[in-house]
Amino acid sequence: MNSPALLINNLTKVYSNGHKALHGINLEIPHGDFFALLGPNGAGKSTTIGIITSLIKKTEGDIKIYGIDIDKNFVKAKTFIGLVPQEINFNTFEPISEILTNQAGYYGVLRHKAIPESEKLLKKLGLWEKRDQFSRKLSGGMQRRLMVARALIHKPKLLILDEPTAGADVEVRRLMWDYLKFLNESGTTIILTTHYLEEAENLCKNIAIIDDGKILRNTSMRNFLSELQNENLILYTENKLDKDINLNGTNISIIDENTCEVSLSTDSSINQLIEELSKQGIKVKSLKNKTSRLEELFIRMVDKNGK
Amino acid sequence: MENNLSLQKTAYSTIVRKEVLRFSRIWKQTLIPPVITNILYFIIFGNLIGERIGKIDSFTYTDFIFPGLLLMSVITHSYTNTVSSLYISKYHRYIEELLVSPIQNYTILAGFITGGVIRGLAVGIVVILAAQFFVNFTVHNIILMLIVIFLSSTLFSMCGFLNGLFANDWDDINVIPTFIMTPLTYLGGIFFSVSMLPGVWQEIALANPILYLINALRFSMLGITDVSIIFAFFIILIFNIFVASLCMYFLSIGKGLRT
Repeated sequence: MNSPALLINNLTKVYSNGHKALHGINLEIPHGDFFALLGPNGAGKSTTIGIITSLIKKTEGDIKIYGIDIDKNFVKAKTFIGLVPQEINFNTFEPISEILTNQAGYYGVLRHKAIPESEKLLKKLGLWEKRDQFSRKLSGGMQRRLMVARALIHKPKLLILDEPTAGADVEVRRLMWDYLKFLNESGTTIILTTHYLEEAENLCKNIAIIDDGKILRNTSMRNFLSELQNENLILYTENKLDKDINLNGTNISIIDENTCEVSLSTDSSINQLIEELSKQGIKVKSLKNKTSRLEELFIRMVDKNGK
Repeated sequence: MENNLSLQKTAYSTIVRKEVLRFSRIWKQTLIPPVITNILYFIIFGNLIGERIGKIDSFTYTDFIFPGLLLMSVITHSYTNTVSSLYISKYHRYIEELLVSPIQNYTILAGFITGGVIRGLAVGIVVILAAQFFVNFTVHNIILMLIVIFLSSTLFSMCGFLNGLFANDWDDINVIPTFIMTPLTYLGGIFFSVSMLPGVWQEIALANPILYLINALRFSMLGITDVSIIFAFFIILIFNIFVASLCMYFLSIGKGLRT
């Protein structure tokens, strides 16, 4: 498995109205990665995914899936890919089990082999009881899970998820995260775009930030997060806070009598902060990050690009 | 290469199965209306008006118009099946299931066309069954009859496919059947023989490709025709090749499917 799961070279897309959606992007995603492709709306994420999956025609550039050039051998290249698109796109007048076996058929999987595989997937994703129902009768969360099942029916090596949990409730989102982690650990390379940055932070090993059709950063999640110089923490205290509280130069602002926000540089330790508060007779009951670390960095980077 | 071939074969049978299930599930909308329409034609045109017209080439008027009516049902339903199936799959975006998969364009086309042909043939069979009560059903050359029905059905399935590629809204899938197909079919000699037309109208009628289909089928069933059968077959084949090439071209550039 020496070839990267995905190799994009100088990918450019100019739409017929003249809009340049991608400006020659380059990307390499190794096998086994859990990769986040993040960017604001209209940044070029869906265009990139659309080109990889051939829903959108590229203007220029090369794409290789596990070493196979999609222009030279698209049949083989496409058998490696499974796509969970952003919007629900199955035939809502088709029974759920049919949707899966049909999709398997499009990838050359014979029906008698697709039926047990679809049973396995539907059971794993909690849809087995609904297998004979028309998909239009499923809830939003179930429809999302069905799209994941459909993308996996031919056992792809590279799974691309374009905002798979958009609109899903917390329970569905957690179930999906667990399942995606399981898939990745079992050897499936995953590319994820999402607006829930907490999702990307928790799941992904590597990250690329795209904006205005250009890759702004492409690094490991750990490296990226280490760029954060300050973390904003919310502290909940047992006793009332004094307005004139001083923490040796650390920025602190009082939210209410038992809550404050502290901006802590990443080279300081939380222990020191708690000790300092303790010296002043303040007991910390609990604390949390004000925003996800990735979200802070993401906003900073995209804002900077906008300026 | 062999793997690709077996993949395309499985994909093709999946599309065909899906297409056949699609129109079978809604059989009240797809198989019953042509029976009712044709029974009305037999009663009104065949019996009520036909008796006053008398015989044409020694056949009763009902028998004379039956091949044209049969062909009209077959081609209309072949066309409707592909145009509606393709457009609905574009509208609800489940065409993407096919587009992201490793299916070759010729497999997509063949799958949709086969679906349209099967619906056309199914409609043809129910119309023939219904006609038994009104028509003296005769077949001059069964092989010829099956070939004409099959080739007409493939031609109009492909026309429906083209229409589906270009359609951007629901109106677009009705424009060609309403404003082009229906007039050409009615003017193609279902209800009359070209020899009954006055002067220049005979020349104009010969420019209508559907006239050749109707005459080829009428010849295969009744043994009479207004045009040369060899020429009619030539026309049918040329149109099949031409429209198939157009379909493949527009599929290759992703017309109406890929942005």
